Amino acid sequence: MKTALILGATSEVALALADQLAAKSVNLILAARNVENILPVKSDLSIRYGITVSVVAFDAANPSTHKHFYESLVPKPDTVICVFGYLGDHTRALTDWEECTTILNSNYVGAVSILNVIANDFENRKEGMIVGLSSVAGERGRQSNYLYGSAKAGFTAYLSGLRNRLFKSGVQVITVKPGFMKTRMLKGMKTSPFLTAQPEKAAALIIRAMHHKKDVVYVLPTWKWIMLIIRNIPEFIFKKLKL
Amino acid sequence: MASDLLTNWNNYPIEKSEVSSPVFAEDFYTQLAESSSFIVRGNGRCYGDASLSPHVISALKFNRVLNFDEARGILTCQSGLLLSDILDLIMPRGWFLPVTPGTRFITVGGAVASDVHGKNHHKDGSFSQHIVSMKVLSPNGEIVVCSALENSEYFWFTCGGMGLTGIILEVTFTLKKIETGYIKQVQIKSEGLDEVLDLFEQYSHYTYSVAWIDCLKKGPHFGRSILMLGEHATIPELNGRQHVYPKKSKTLSVPFHFPSFVLNGLSVKAFNSVFYAKNYKREMHSIASCESFFYPLDAILHWNRIYGRKGFVQYQFVVPKDRGKEGIREILTRISNKGWGSFLAVLKLFGTQQGPISFNMEGYTLALDIPINAKLFAFLDELDIMVKEYGGRIYLTKDARMKAEIFHSTYPNASRFTSFLSEIDPEKKIVSSLSRRLSIK
Ligand SMILES: Cc1cc2nc3c(=O)[nH]c(=O)nc-3n(C[C@H](O)[C@H](O)[C@H](O)COP(=O)(O)OP(=O)(O)OC[C@H]3O[C@@H](n4cnc5c(N)ncnc54)[C@H](O)[C@@H]3O)c2cc1C
Repeated sequence: MKTALILGATSEVALALADQLAAKSVNLILAARNVENILPVKSDLSIRYGITVSVVAFDAANPSTHKHFYESLVPKPDTVICVFGYLGDHTRALTDWEECTTILNSNYVGAVSILNVIANDFENRKEGMIVGLSSVAGERGRQSNYLYGSAKAGFTAYLSGLRNRLFKSGVQVITVKPGFMKTRMLKGMKTSPFLTAQPEKAAALIIRAMHHKKDVVYVLPTWKWIMLIIRNIPEFIFKKLKL
Repeated sequence: MASDLLTNWNNYPIEKSEVSSPVFAEDFYTQLAESSSFIVRGNGRCYGDASLSPHVISALKFNRVLNFDEARGILTCQSGLLLSDILDLIMPRGWFLPVTPGTRFITVGGAVASDVHGKNHHKDGSFSQHIVSMKVLSPNGEIVVCSALENSEYFWFTCGGMGLTGIILEVTFTLKKIETGYIKQVQIKSEGLDEVLDLFEQYSHYTYSVAWIDCLKKGPHFGRSILMLGEHATIPELNGRQHVYPKKSKTLSVPFHFPSFVLNGLSVKAFNSVFYAKNYKREMHSIASCESFFYPLDAILHWNRIYGRKGFVQYQFVVPKDRGKEGIREILTRISNKGWGSFLAVLKLFGTQQGPISFNMEGYTLALDIPINAKLFAFLDELDIMVKEYGGRIYLTKDARMKAEIFHSTYPNASRFTSFLSEIDPEKKIVSSLSRRLSIK
C-alpha cells in the first residue's frame, strides 16, 4: 500500500483510518465535501509522519462529477476506502422523497458511481484494493431503517459482485459491516459496549482485514453471530417483531 | 451527547456532566450557539472543579498540529493536543517545550488556561511568556486573534483565566532548542528548611530547580530536603550513550483505588534511597532522561487512584519572597503537625509574574497532596488566611475548596478580571463549577 484514497474523510472512522494509515507511512488522498474541515488533518499527518497528504473536494451525491474527480487525481491511489454514507431521518423519508433519495444516493448510487470508475482503473492496472463500508442494516430490512438498510443491501451485493469480477485481476475487494459505531452523532443513544465500536477500534479492525486480505468483515466481530441469528429468523415470525 | 460522572485528577468533586467532543472548529461554533452554558475541558489534569460543569465540551479530539517551523522552533496547534504528543514530535528534531508542568499529559489549552509553570519559572517564566499568538472563540461567537501585542487585554485574561474568556482554539508558541534528550542533573541534600531556601538562591543560575521536602521530619532537621537542579545535556556530556534521544520507557498503571499509605510508602522509599544512599555525598551528579527528570510521576499512570475513592486535594500556594522563608516555615509547620499530608512536598522558586490573573508571583511556592477527611476543609480555610496574611495566594488549577472571599482578596486583579468577563460574556455562557464557587461569574 503506497497511496490510499479515503472517500468521505470527515467521519470519525475515516479520520481514525487516516491517522492509523499515516502512522504506517501510507500517503493519503482525503476526499470530502467540506475540504475546509480536513485541512488541519492534512497538516497534522504530514508534519507528524512525513507523508504526502492531499485534500480534494468530492460530493458522493453528485455522480456526474465522479469520473472527472478520479481522472484528476495524481498520483492514482492503489487503495480506496469508501467510507461515506448517510443514515438520514427514516421517518421523514417515508413521506419526504428528497430525504429518501438522499439516503439511497449517498449509500448506494453514489458509491456505485465512483467505484465503477475506480474498478475499471484497478482492473486495467491489475492491482489495488477496494474497501467498502456497508452495514449490518443491509442484511435484513427492519421497519425502523429499511430505506437505509435497502441501500446498504444494494451496496453489499455490489461489492460482492465486484469481488467476483476483480478476483482474476488480482484486485482485493473487502466488505466491512459495522454494527453500532461510537461517534459524536450517536447522540443520547445508549448502546451496549459489546456491540459499539469506538472509531479507533473500528479503524484498527478494518486495517487488520486489509492486511489479511479478508473478503467480508464484521465490526465488531460479535455482529457476525448476531446477524447469523437475525438472518435465520423465519419471515412469518420476523414480520411480527418490533425491530 | 453522553451523560457521565466526571472528576478531575484528584477525584474530588465528582459531578454529573453531559460531554460533547467536537472534532472540527465548526463543531465548536455550533456548540456555542446551541448550548446555554458550558466549560471547556482539556485532559482533566487539574485538581478540582475548574473544568467541571453540567455541560462540558471536551477539546481532546481537537488535537491537530497545524504548523511546525522546524528551523525556528515555532509550533502552531489546536488546543486539545497533548504535550506528550508534542514531545514525541519535537524532541527527535532537537526541540523541547519552553515550559512544562510535572506531567506531560495535559493539553495546550490547559497549559494556557492555567498559565502553567515548570521548574524553570525563575528563568523562563510561565507558559504565556512563550505564546506568539492564539485564536480564541469568544462567548459571543467572535474569533479573537490575540497576543501580548494584539488584543492584549483579551490575551492576558485568557492566560491563567481558567477557560472563562472563551474557547481557546489554536495556539502558536516558541520551543526551546536542545541537543539531546537528557538532563545533566545535580541533587543536593539539605538538612533543613533555611538551608534549602538559601540553596535556591545560591543556585538560581540553573535553568531548572525544584526541591522535595520531607514533611514528617521534626526538630532540628525540620524541612530536610533534596534540591534537584538540571540543565539540558549537550552531546559531549553524554559520554557516548547510544541514543541522543532516549527510547520511551514503559509506564505502569494503577488499576484501582488504593489505600493512601501505599503511595506514601513509595515516596518514602524513593526519598530515602537518595538521602541515605550508600555513597553518602552531599551533592550527586548524574545524567537523567528528560522523561525521568520532568515527569517522574508519569511513569505510573493513574497514581492518583492510590489516594482512594474519597479523593485528595493538592494544596499549592505561593508567598512573596520578602517574607517567604517565614511564611513557608510557618505554614509547613502547621501542616506537618497535623500529620495528614503526604510525606513529600514540592518547593519551587518563582520569578516575576506575567499575566494579571496568573498564579505566579516572585516568591516561593509549596505544593502537597492531602487525602480528604471530614476536618480537612476547615483546616485549609485557616491556612488560606495565613497565606493571605503573608500576601500570597492559592493556585486555582489545584483548588477544589477555597472560599470566594479568599480569591477576591488575594488576586490583586480579581475585580478587573470579573468585570472584563461580565463585559465579554453578559449571558454567562461559559461557566464552570470553579467560577461559580469563587463568584467569578
Ligand atoms: C502530576 C501533575 C503534575 C502537575 N504539575 C504542574 C506543574 O508543575 N505546574 C503547573 O503549573 N501545573 C501542574 N499541574 C496542573 C496542570 O498542569 C494544569 O491543571 C493544567 O491546566 C491541566 O490541563 P488539562 O489539559 O488537563 O486541562 P483540564 O484540567 O481539563 O482544565 C484545566 C483548565 O483549563 C481550561 N481549558 C482546557 N482546555 C481549554 C480550551 N481549549 N479552551 C479554554 N479553556 C480550556 C479548563 O476550562 C480549566 O479551567 C500538574 C498536574 C498533575 C496531574
